Amino acid sequence: MLEKPRKTLIMLKECVVMSLDNIRGNRVRSFLTILGILIGVMAVIALITTVSGFSGSLSRSFLSMGAGTLSVSVTGSDLKTGMTAADLTELAQMDEVDGLIPNVSLRSRVARGGSYKTNVTVSGKNMYYFQNTDNVVGRGRMINIVDEENMSRVCLISSGMVETFFYGVDPVGENIYIDALTFLVVGIIGEKTVSTVADMMSGSPDILIPYTTALKMNNESLVTSFTVSLAEGVDSQAASEALEAKMDAMFSFEEDCFTITTMSSIEDTMDSILSMVSTLLAGIASIALLVGGIGIMNMMLTTVTERTVEIGLKKALGAIPWQIQVQFLMESFLLSMIGGLLGVALGLGLSLILSRVMGTAFQISYGAIALGVGFSAAVGILFGWAPARKASRLNPIDALRSM
Amino acid sequence: MTGSPFFRMEKINKIYRMGEQQAHVLRDVDLSIEPGEYLSVLGPSGSGKSTLMNIIGCLDTATSGRYVLQGQEIEDLNEEELARIRSREIGFIFQNSQLLSRLTAQKNVELPLIYAGVPPKERRKKALEMLEKVGLIDWRDHYPNQMSGGQQQRVAIARALVGNPSILLADEPTGALDQKTGRQVMGLFSELNDEGRTIVMITHDMNIAGYARRIVRIVDGVLSEGGNAADA
Repeated sequence: MLEKPRKTLIMLKECVVMSLDNIRGNRVRSFLTILGILIGVMAVIALITTVSGFSGSLSRSFLSMGAGTLSVSVTGSDLKTGMTAADLTELAQMDEVDGLIPNVSLRSRVARGGSYKTNVTVSGKNMYYFQNTDNVVGRGRMINIVDEENMSRVCLISSGMVETFFYGVDPVGENIYIDALTFLVVGIIGEKTVSTVADMMSGSPDILIPYTTALKMNNESLVTSFTVSLAEGVDSQAASEALEAKMDAMFSFEEDCFTITTMSSIEDTMDSILSMVSTLLAGIASIALLVGGIGIMNMMLTTVTERTVEIGLKKALGAIPWQIQVQFLMESFLLSMIGGLLGVALGLGLSLILSRVMGTAFQISYGAIALGVGFSAAVGILFGWAPARKASRLNPIDALRSM
Repeated sequence: MTGSPFFRMEKINKIYRMGEQQAHVLRDVDLSIEPGEYLSVLGPSGSGKSTLMNIIGCLDTATSGRYVLQGQEIEDLNEEELARIRSREIGFIFQNSQLLSRLTAQKNVELPLIYAGVPPKERRKKALEMLEKVGLIDWRDHYPNQMSGGQQQRVAIARALVGNPSILLADEPTGALDQKTGRQVMGLFSELNDEGRTIVMITHDMNIAGYARRIVRIVDGVLSEGGNAADA
């Protein structure tokens, strides 16, 4: 009884060898045929790996910012268009709040000596920001409460700015012009991690100045965007509600004066955007796989016609229809698998390059590889079925007559 | 088994239908041969001799009549059972040798054993034995296009023999060969027959048919005994 499976195994092994021979024998045609599958799988792999790497990086930056922050954006009412310094102090003194960071940003023209640069991101911050962000000051000093209260024209500049404006000169203690105002450089920004959502959206600032100075440069006196750091162990939902109550009072209970966004809600939005993008791209990739499958079917049909005599001969030599079918199915399966495996390799390569370029983490998604390989196996069998069946049904006499 | 024929055909008819038209290719053919016989079927092209060979070789079944091969009724078998009989009982030799160009001589000879599910080692051993027998052991790693027509035909004979079939069925085995190599192939056939192998050979060539010990003639689907080799 064991005889039959053993014989089948022997034949299957031989089918693999013969199929590979045939694929090798038609190298160019085989390559062109698998191109569709290759591109489809490559797209799937690159896509999933990149997206998962990207979302991995995103959630890691969220983690580094700490779950304990809220971001508040103020639209204001007719009577009160933003937050005064006193309002901010009041909020900062709440039990739930550890401190807050106003976000005031400018796009400025920066100049020194003969050189200038436009569209430089200048961000106004307070002392709390400097005290609670790791590595924000690389060299020099931070912006302190005195600078804040005096609207001092002092700044910290990024290493990029140092390269642009202070080649061969120590910038600390030198002057620089920001929108035609003289600023004293008091420090250089260190290699800090992204610390607020506002920073993440607008990119790392090139220049940091006191937020009061920034407000004045914008001809404003009120803050419309700030980040709240919660005290340790405080639930962000509860804190958000307490903050809302407090701010409602400040805006005389008018509707829609501000929005409070918690980290988790931002993360949810990000996730849903990412998954929508993935779904869309997966749809495109599956069309590529479908086209690839049709390519394989086309080649297999051609092959069956070309090898009519061979099929007849094999039947005359005692091959049963099932064996012929398995042989052709094996060929399309292997063809598709070769395409799939090459696609996986190239897709991983591509996503490695993409992750380097985009600066996101590269993490191999085994699920994606399984999906790519599984898809190509399915395509090979599905689209190889009809041609293989056609081959197995060829009448050996008709097949031999054409010799 | 002595006395019982190797195969027996009774009133075999083959009718092809092509739309409205009918082609009556074989008419009431009666033919039996004994084990160890060497028979040639002589007939011009279009006489129905290839159809007869297909039926003998279980590639095709008759429209009516009875065909018993090695004690087995053939008419009622399905395609798979026919394939198994071909694999076990019949060794085909075709006019153009029909080797697979991508396989070496040895692999070509192994082909029938693959479908019979013979393990690789045994396959190799048997294939080499057969190549030895046809005098091509040194050519085992050559591809068909590296061999002469006569050598290719000898590889095809080795392939036909490798499954140890009870009958060799040859269709114009010398059709593509020059006279000298044709004679060599015929010599090989005679040797095989001397060893007791049953051979049926289809040909249109009187001289070739003459190598067989018994000749039947077929004209327009009607078979007639053609006496023995001496008459040919």
